[in-house]
Amino acid sequence: MSLVMDAPGPTAPGAPRTDDLHRRLGLTDDELAAITQRLGRAPNDLELAMFSVMWSEHCSYKSSRAFLRTLPTKGDDVLAGPGENAGVVRIGDGLAVAFKLESHNHPSAVEPYQGAATGVGGILRDIVAMGARPVALLDALKFGWPDDSATRRLVRGVVGGVGGYGNCVGVPTIGGELTFDPTYTGNPLVNVMCVGVLPEDRIARAAASTPGSLAVLYGSTTGRDGIGGASVLASANFDEASAAMRPSVQIGDPFAGKLLIEASLELVERGLIEGLQDLGAAGLTCAASEMADRGGTGMRIDLGAVPRREEGMAPFEVMISESQERMLAVVRPEQLDDVLEVCRRWGLRAAVVGAVTDDGDVTIVDDGTEIARVPAKALASDSIEIPRLAAPPQRRRAAPAPGETPLAHDGLPERGMDPGAVLEALLGHPNVGSRAWVTTQYDQTVGTGCRRPSGEGHQERDRRRDRLAAAGRAA
Amino acid sequence: MKVGVIVFPGSNCDRDALHAARLAGAEAELVWHERIETGGADALILPGGFAHGDYLRAGAIARFSPIMGAVREHAARGGLTLGICNGFQVLTEAGLLPGALRRNTTLRFEHRWVRLSVERRDTAFTHAVPVGALLRMPIAHGEGCYWLPEADIDALEAAGQIVFRYGPPEGNPNGSLRDIAGVINERGNVCGLMPHPERASEALLGSDDGMLLMRSLVESIARVEAAA
Repeated sequence: MSLVMDAPGPTAPGAPRTDDLHRRLGLTDDELAAITQRLGRAPNDLELAMFSVMWSEHCSYKSSRAFLRTLPTKGDDVLAGPGENAGVVRIGDGLAVAFKLESHNHPSAVEPYQGAATGVGGILRDIVAMGARPVALLDALKFGWPDDSATRRLVRGVVGGVGGYGNCVGVPTIGGELTFDPTYTGNPLVNVMCVGVLPEDRIARAAASTPGSLAVLYGSTTGRDGIGGASVLASANFDEASAAMRPSVQIGDPFAGKLLIEASLELVERGLIEGLQDLGAAGLTCAASEMADRGGTGMRIDLGAVPRREEGMAPFEVMISESQERMLAVVRPEQLDDVLEVCRRWGLRAAVVGAVTDDGDVTIVDDGTEIARVPAKALASDSIEIPRLAAPPQRRRAAPAPGETPLAHDGLPERGMDPGAVLEALLGHPNVGSRAWVTTQYDQTVGTGCRRPSGEGHQERDRRRDRLAAAGRAA
Repeated sequence: MKVGVIVFPGSNCDRDALHAARLAGAEAELVWHERIETGGADALILPGGFAHGDYLRAGAIARFSPIMGAVREHAARGGLTLGICNGFQVLTEAGLLPGALRRNTTLRFEHRWVRLSVERRDTAFTHAVPVGALLRMPIAHGEGCYWLPEADIDALEAAGQIVFRYGPPEGNPNGSLRDIAGVINERGNVCGLMPHPERASEALLGSDDGMLLMRSLVESIARVEAAA
């Protein structure tokens, strides 16, 4: 599937849309109606494209937000909870840990190496955006049964991608889990987690709070990679057309990621920025709208100022590109020179692409002409929520009562068999055997900030991060 | 007694090396790769990492970094220079150490704990190592297979330039010829190894055997200073 869009000219204000562009962008008729209601008019093509990525499941959690709200998120030591780039919890001695887990399932199913690598890159930048230095990565992987050739290709690619990115940026991958089950055939789950450490008074917020401050985009240039990744990949159903989706997978560049981490941490440590956010899913649209929404402000983006790697990109492509290794910083004008100098030293391109405004809107300007204006809130915190029908899965089995004989399942021998045969079956089971063939591909000791028993095997259970050792080195 | 740790943009063991050098009693500081002098360092460490991304051969671009001129001059003056992992790769690319580090024969990145037998205990980098000790430390690399043509490797062996070999029970993790894990130049002032002594710097981390090498280096600087 390719994202087909006509040249986005501004539609006459108020004219209702009669085409089916919204459907081609993955939005339902109800969602178009909700957008029209929030704008008080029909959206033009560019605005519709921005909504399509921000209102995707991946960005808006429109189906799961209702359930996520039921989880506990408050506490005396919770310094940042839902709504920020990562959770931050105080751990004492003036220190805090930032952590986040994120899935990159569908991109990994289409292109396992890059899908997993960019999953790691994205989660690292979310931690950095909080002002924390990443000290550890973990991965939780679920694949179909290993005798399937597609599974073997996926495992090789995903493990290679996690290692390829984490090893290069120098953040150890210290644990995780790996499970094989026919449920995941052709549709793996790839979850990566990052943990970072920061002094609790240095926490960075992803908010644009002061009108007049500048929006600085730094890191890699913007290209056509990952156009519509959030809506096309992360949210659509999956079928044999997957291979054709490959252009919408993002490509990772861990070296650029490393430079971005170091530059960002220097900017935060030196207090040179007001707000910081990673450009991940939905790219510039997401960063601009979420930062403005959190700060209760607006943001104007000048498309011509966005450094590009390709000629002839349409405005919607620039706004929703998911090119990796980019960050958006909110900078006071008097600190701009220092920020640009830090980026230059780390070999990163940086450009002022806009400014914080006080009108609450994300405004896109191209060649002096305003081509889109959308309330930041409508794109971000006031996006649509969809109540879904929910029922317990039929597959779920009731746990046996105490004293009751457990049911035989998943091919494991029943109780009462020859213990030797049971042990052999267990040890030979893909879900029980050694994970060293995976973990040896991950750098586990770089950074010397994590304590662990220095052997192979059972690593996912034995890992214990030494709080002070990690913090002392990282802070 | 000052140790300079060279920082390429993709170095990722620079802070670990700095920490280990300080633990060993040295004054140590980071030296950015765009500088053209080493800031008066008595010894240099080229740390691990992916110097310029290493999408090309590891270390192939780093040898052109501005600081490498100063590294060459330092080595030519007899200054002690230690390359660890990527730093070893950079030193071979720069021609300061013999041989090349090829792709691991497993064709994968390998992170493993290995044991090193120390073949030479009379170098500036190893004199603190007790006789017969096998040093336990991690490796973490994709291109660590030491290679030289057969005739050259015989000459290297005869000249006593092989300082470290992978030893039992784990053995050779990457297919290096003759289990070579680290070598030294003829003059004895430039040494490189693939395993990471700076990651085996505290018992808390699983081993502090690496400190034997770091302490050797720091004591060697002190001896030179005392003699001067």
